[in-house]
Amino acid sequence: MSLLELHSVTKRYGAETLALNSITFSVQSGEFVAIIGPSGAGKSTLLRCINRLIDVSEGDILFNGVSVPKLRGKELRHHRTQIGMIFQHYNLVNRLSVLENVLHGRLGYKNTFQGILGLYSQEEKREAVRILETLGLYEQMYKRCDQLSGGQKQRVGIARALVQQPKMLLCDEPIASLDPSSAKVIMDTLREINRTMGITVLVNLHQVDVALHYAERIIGINRGQVIYDGPPHALSNAQIYQIYGSEAGELILDLKERYAA
Amino acid sequence: MQPDTFFRRRRLQSLLFFVVILSVTYGSIVLTQFDVVRGLLAVPQAFAWAVVNFIPYERAWSRLPNILSKLQETVLVAIASSTIAAVLGLGLALFGANTTRPHPWFSLPARAIASVFRNIDVSVWALILLFSFGQSGFTGFFALFFVTLGFITRVMIETIDEVGVEPIEALRATGASYGAIISQSVIPSCLPQLISWLLYMIETNIRSATLVGILTGTGIGFLFDLYFKNFNYGSASLVVLVTVAAVLLIETVSNAIRRIIL
Repeated sequence: MSLLELHSVTKRYGAETLALNSITFSVQSGEFVAIIGPSGAGKSTLLRCINRLIDVSEGDILFNGVSVPKLRGKELRHHRTQIGMIFQHYNLVNRLSVLENVLHGRLGYKNTFQGILGLYSQEEKREAVRILETLGLYEQMYKRCDQLSGGQKQRVGIARALVQQPKMLLCDEPIASLDPSSAKVIMDTLREINRTMGITVLVNLHQVDVALHYAERIIGINRGQVIYDGPPHALSNAQIYQIYGSEAGELILDLKERYAA
Repeated sequence: MQPDTFFRRRRLQSLLFFVVILSVTYGSIVLTQFDVVRGLLAVPQAFAWAVVNFIPYERAWSRLPNILSKLQETVLVAIASSTIAAVLGLGLALFGANTTRPHPWFSLPARAIASVFRNIDVSVWALILLFSFGQSGFTGFFALFFVTLGFITRVMIETIDEVGVEPIEALRATGASYGAIISQSVIPSCLPQLISWLLYMIETNIRSATLVGILTGTGIGFLFDLYFKNFNYGSASLVVLVTVAAVLLIETVSNAIRRIIL
């Protein structure tokens, strides 16, 4: 059984705008999938439909065999605990410490009372510290998040997702706001998590070269439709141009060297 | 256009502006039959009169304990009304802000309540509430409370929306409940701003409370009114001095607190 199945998922905004147009694909447990496409293609909407930050208009999403679109209340919260999410702008509470931000990943497991008071068990705190240690943030644990660099903030974001003990990570443009060296650290970390912990990774990317380098599988999206779904080595230049809806020579890509990295 | 012409035109505009201002001023003086020379000459006299009459004399100082106890009452009412209004205002702001409202329908009523409370002046509130509570501390308390509630709600809606939807989205994605999202993400982000605005409102309300006291016959405002109408200017001015000192003290303290939290 696949971990994630999308069946003709469609998302409409108003009567006119079609953000997602009948998207169908499935993801096996342990895969590393990159979703590429131009800005406004529907990549972010697609990820947010999977953890129901956005409601789908039509179609079905099965996660671990459970139908996602109809989940409500407690069941929806339980569904979200199984999926960690990483954001382009890190989405941390800047005034709080690194450790507090990481522990936010446990809030999905709390009842209302524990959640409001932020009561975490000894074990949860120890686990959060352990994850921070593996991500190289042990020294920063008690610092406020607004004192960190972009790369460090994104690692806090990853730690917050991991402390959920998720089956899958959704990464929405995780390196779009980072310099190249921090971006490499983040992408290497995601690959490491995928390989050693067996967590499925679904990552939205702007950078085609990064997608080709890291992913085992590429899904190309344009105007809410899947244009390409397959391994990176089978993706031709012509198909890349089709995904980005542009003529050859209009993209900033050095495609001759695409496998050199 | 030549640079010369440009600057000539500029000068002409300035001259015209000056002439207009001058003629408006002169017109007003003529219309109101204001004697400029006498008016200006009266200023030193007025100061001399004020110095002679408003310097607190010995009998005024003997009233100091009484004044201080009334001042304490006024300050405490200002602090109590501001603090309670801040807590409730934060709650109302959560309903009104775009990022935290439980349902889009909550937003407009919350904003409307804030707007009504804020846009009715504190003295008007005091007069309206006189009918309900009579001349008691309650009237002053509620007048200050309503205005502060409206103001705090308004500024906190803006603060919450400024903090942005990002951390809220992240916590929703972890499966956190609404209450947990508010208490773990929204409130920590807004708390310093809330405290800063609360301190500002306490300062403002101590000043307003003096005025409200004149209307409702309570606190330091009542005392000022009483001395003033009895031609007891020395005591009245002592009330003013003591109030100014209290406001300055509170301002100093709250600036120190602001430096620490912001």
